Amino acid sequence: MADIFSATVIVATLSSGIRLAVPLLLASLGEAFGQRSGVLNLGVDGIMLLGAFGGYFTTLKTQSPWLGLAVGLGVGLVLGLLSSVISVSLLAEQGISGIGVYLFGLGMSDLLFQKLVGTPLPAASFQKSPIPFLSEIPVVGDLFFNHSIPIYLAFLAIPVSTVIINRTRFGMNIRAVGENPEAADSQGISVTRVRYAAVTIGGILAGAAGAVLAIGLGIFQQNLTNAQGFIAIALVYFGAWRPLGVMAGSLVYGMVSAVVLLLKTRGIIPLGASDLAAMIPAVITVLALVVAARRFRAPTALTKPFIRGG
Amino acid sequence: MTQLLEMRDIVKRFPGVLANDRVNFDLRAGEVHTLLGENGAGKSTLMKILYGLYQPDEGELLIEGAPTRITSPIDAINHGIGMVHQHFMLVPSLTVTENVAMGTVSKRGRMNLRQVSDRVRELSESHGLAVDPDAYIWQLSVGERQRVEIIKALYRDVKLLVLDEPTAVLTPGEVDHLFTILRQMAGAGRGLVFISHKLHEVLALSDRITVLRLGRVMGEVEAQDATREMLASMMVGRPVRLAPDKPAMEPGGARLTIRNLNVMGDRGLPALQDLSLTVREGEILGIAGVSGNGQRELAETIAGLRKPESGTVEVDGADITGQKPSTVRAAGLAYVPEERQRDGAIGAFSVSENMILVNHRHPPMSRRGFLRNGEIRQRSRQLVDEFSVATPGLDVPASNLSGGNLQKLILARELSGSPSVLLASQPTRGVDIGAAEYIHDRLIEQRGSKSVAILLISEDLDEILGLADRIAVIYEGRIVGEVSAEDADRQGIGLMMAGVSSEDA
Repeated sequence: MADIFSATVIVATLSSGIRLAVPLLLASLGEAFGQRSGVLNLGVDGIMLLGAFGGYFTTLKTQSPWLGLAVGLGVGLVLGLLSSVISVSLLAEQGISGIGVYLFGLGMSDLLFQKLVGTPLPAASFQKSPIPFLSEIPVVGDLFFNHSIPIYLAFLAIPVSTVIINRTRFGMNIRAVGENPEAADSQGISVTRVRYAAVTIGGILAGAAGAVLAIGLGIFQQNLTNAQGFIAIALVYFGAWRPLGVMAGSLVYGMVSAVVLLLKTRGIIPLGASDLAAMIPAVITVLALVVAARRFRAPTALTKPFIRGG
Repeated sequence: MTQLLEMRDIVKRFPGVLANDRVNFDLRAGEVHTLLGENGAGKSTLMKILYGLYQPDEGELLIEGAPTRITSPIDAINHGIGMVHQHFMLVPSLTVTENVAMGTVSKRGRMNLRQVSDRVRELSESHGLAVDPDAYIWQLSVGERQRVEIIKALYRDVKLLVLDEPTAVLTPGEVDHLFTILRQMAGAGRGLVFISHKLHEVLALSDRITVLRLGRVMGEVEAQDATREMLASMMVGRPVRLAPDKPAMEPGGARLTIRNLNVMGDRGLPALQDLSLTVREGEILGIAGVSGNGQRELAETIAGLRKPESGTVEVDGADITGQKPSTVRAAGLAYVPEERQRDGAIGAFSVSENMILVNHRHPPMSRRGFLRNGEIRQRSRQLVDEFSVATPGLDVPASNLSGGNLQKLILARELSGSPSVLLASQPTRGVDIGAAEYIHDRLIEQRGSKSVAILLISEDLDEILGLADRIAVIYEGRIVGEVSAEDADRQGIGLMMAGVSSEDA
């Protein structure tokens, strides 16, 4: 049992923590886009589930995880647009409408799975792509530079999003629309268009998150995400609506999950308590949220539909 | 002069309201044309139509002689129309430059903010609009925020600028400065629409004045031919007294005494510093000042809604410092709060329930925990009549009342307990002239026949000058000067409101 403190085990655990963080990172990054524009999308988990099924099923049939990922993105795009229609155009109560999207995703992904697949079959997964030279570095190489390409891309999305949000006209429009939609409207910015774009980006990233999760595991089952989509929403608050903060939160969750997984496989956590243990990452993440949050202010117009002149 | 704008027979209906009833309005290059009217007269509706925020039900709109449809702010901007809204259209978490750049048409992707910021600096220098392009909006004072709004319009080089109640948040000095800039802009050939209900400002700035009442044009006059009384009568539809008749009074002993009050604001910064005041029997003490200089905190502290760090508040010699509101009321304080919808009444409650809100715990309004409806209705009926509150009935929700009638209701309730001290915060803000006239008369009456000590907090300097026996000026949480009504002049008080103390002035 002492070998859990060996270098190999620690590096392997941390490395799997990084891997486990990725679906959450993508989902919460997407949610951050939507929330910065003033739209709370509670349907993330539903979009993830359908993205996961789409990704898994496509990979199963075509043997191509990349095609699977593309289908996941497509599913996310469609559901992101649907969510935009509901909350931006139909002015739905955002605290409720997203739950509908979630329940739809939960039920539909299971139904499709039962009808189209039935018994779980393993599908192909992404291959590891060690980065030349960098992956040779002891410890660091294994930790950071020996993953599959989607994982690199997910982490690359963080600085890219930071630049988009803070340094581009589109990003400024998102922030303006989330803080004071009336002001943005009076300056000739289309609040509707900006929110559609932000929420749809959120959908695409949630779809990607689901696909990466399912394809990474090579399997699909009912409620595969285990409410990670809701954790992702919490992480947006924890991360103070910033890509870097969201990444930090995802890593906390990923690392705690990896450690719990390790303790379970080593029998340190008894089998009987494994359901209880499955809660630990969520609990610790929520606690971190309670401690860390409240220092930052949410976008002023968050959850408020925009009606011109109203 | 070129005709910039013509609005012909504009009709706009909202459910149950005819907001604009065949309104005609035009604007020439180089002039300031004022839209004058009470709240709800339809001024803002007309301008929102011009800016594309509303679509008219009937009528046509011509820009430089050409019939035009404006369906969104983007259209308005493209036609060279700018608008400084009453509630500033700024994003607090962005910088001045970013706010100016926002929405301006140019290439996609990375913004060239350097260029924008240079232009902002240029405009601010050439027009005397001091503002730091790199400051965040949340760091700026209201006066500065307004300058940003004007810079936004100048940056887009608007031909036609609408200013919706731009002076509401400014000191008299800032108003003068703003007017200089506006005249300069008109001089440069732009057309300005000025929306206001402050008569002396309208007369000082305008070339022409169009008066609206209940959605209709009551008349259009040249500013040089107009007087305040004439404009007020057009606004209200009957002759109006602008200055209340105030009989001389010899004030008695102190009823409200505030000593060395130190109070923290919501952001944990000092809101009141070492503030002392005395209000005597049969006297109105007016607190003049620009919004946000501690008035709200002062009222809340006296009313028992905010605990002071140090200092004392006494009503009729009884120390009520930091006591809960019910204790403060029992000591003889009546309170007409600044936010009447939020703090003064419960919108969903009926008129009669609101009438007895404070007294509902005591006989005869309730007994053994049960409300006594007969008594309540009788009392409400009596107060509604006495204070001429226009309401369709005692059982309609208070939220159905107009601002003026809701304020009369609150005043009736507060005065029904025969208070020693009346604390009235912004009693006529947003209230129509008729109701304001009525409320003023009631305050004068309380001061006289009932010997109540009245502390009047108002951002409307005309109201203070018309009512108060003594005037104290508040600036950044301190009283910077105090003058008697006879010695008061608008300019001196204006300087103090801007923080110049009475010794320096």
